[in-house]
Amino acid sequence: MTIHSDTASEILNAEPPEYPMVRASGCPFDPPPMLGDLRAHAPITRVRIWDGSSPWLVTRHDDQRALLADARLSADTTTPGFPYDSPVVAQSTNQLSSDGSHRGAAAPAAEPIAFINMDNPEHARQRRMITSAFAIRRVEAMRPAVQQVVDDLIDDMLAGPNPADLVDAFAMPVPARVICEMLGVPYADHDFFQTHTSLLAGRTTTPEQALQTFAELAGYLDGLIGERLVAPADDLLTTLAEYVTTCDLTRRQAVNTAMMLLFGGQETTANMIALGTLALLENPDQLARVQTHSGDADLIASTVEELLRYLSVPQGGRRRVALEDIEIAGVTIRAGDGLILANDVANRDPAVFDDPDRLDIDRNARRHLTFGFGVHQCLGQPLARLELQVVYSTLYRRIPTLRLATELNGLPFKNDAINYGVYEMPVAW
Amino acid sequence: MKVTIEPDKCVGAGLCVLSAPDVFDQREDEGVVLLLIDSPGAERTEDIEEAAALCPARAIQLKA
Repeated sequence: MTIHSDTASEILNAEPPEYPMVRASGCPFDPPPMLGDLRAHAPITRVRIWDGSSPWLVTRHDDQRALLADARLSADTTTPGFPYDSPVVAQSTNQLSSDGSHRGAAAPAAEPIAFINMDNPEHARQRRMITSAFAIRRVEAMRPAVQQVVDDLIDDMLAGPNPADLVDAFAMPVPARVICEMLGVPYADHDFFQTHTSLLAGRTTTPEQALQTFAELAGYLDGLIGERLVAPADDLLTTLAEYVTTCDLTRRQAVNTAMMLLFGGQETTANMIALGTLALLENPDQLARVQTHSGDADLIASTVEELLRYLSVPQGGRRRVALEDIEIAGVTIRAGDGLILANDVANRDPAVFDDPDRLDIDRNARRHLTFGFGVHQCLGQPLARLELQVVYSTLYRRIPTLRLATELNGLPFKNDAINYGVYEMPVAW
Repeated sequence: MKVTIEPDKCVGAGLCVLSAPDVFDQREDEGVVLLLIDSPGAERTEDIEEAAALCPARAIQLKA
């Protein structure tokens, strides 16, 4: 990227730039170039977001790590000053979290929807109820089952029409089947919740649609938890139901945690499968190494980390609000100021990653911030790693002639969604 | 090298187990960090330093 000598003063003297920013045409894997300019010249600076407010945008890797590990930042969406992703997120958060009818008289007046948007100690209390389900050895034990899901879906795709849409035929169903199995949600209902989770992740969804979608999804999961209360099974919904029985969770909290798990494990992983395949197809030398070394667990693990770094599917940044004044990198962030920590551009920070804009599956990319950092770092990351390792080690080995059946730049990229990816990806073999 | 952990801080991301599975594990019940060896040999330094650096909850401390 070329940086003009006066970029710094332009940035510092101008009105806060609008965020999110726009990716460069023809560079679908790279963060918006403006983010790189800011990282170099104004690493903590005000930006303007959709509601006219101007939270701080943090672009450097080390500043983001320091702030995400700092207990003076709140992830609580009900804290005044919280910089919401979109009007949908703002309106649904405010409406759903202020609806206290489901809670007892002792409950706070407002509570965020799920524990990922709460602060400690309540966040830690709820997170720890389901942490063991995502422990490395527990997740690793699921490898044969995930391999079976992936092989079955490849069989189906090979038996179906050629070309096919990789997103619809493979990328979406892999995580859907896995999270359904883990939660105990009948896969037969996948059309219902796939449509619903996609709607909730879309930036073009209206607040009314989002609330309606949320209510339908919540009603569905509430029904399943009700079933587990009378007939326990060996799944995560049963774990949540047991916490309802012991009064450690309200039924509403159990439903919201189930929804967060269903949502968190679906679109993110699906986007990584399709976009990761696209990135490898565009880097044939790297793809060839993955194909010929598909049995090399270390190389496959390193490929997954590098694609997580390079693609940075969560594209709207981590959102926080300061609870106290914080001095960092010569800037004073005041209590009540919103912050956006842009993990995509941190993952391209040359201070941490050599030649950061190059895809290199042999590098150690494990310091990427795609799963966040601090106490809120993604709980499902071992499951995401497992699914992606199985997918990347299997898909190109089983379909070595896999190719894009359209032009790269003609693909519908998810520039308008919370998580980056492609809506459709026609492939042939 | 001396390794100490703070299980109360642990958020169960599992990165230490991936970096050094012979040194770190997770408790069956809560998924929080469990130290298998508190004074690992010098040959394990690199992996253990990585585990400490990656830990999102900063629950791993090292002393020479």
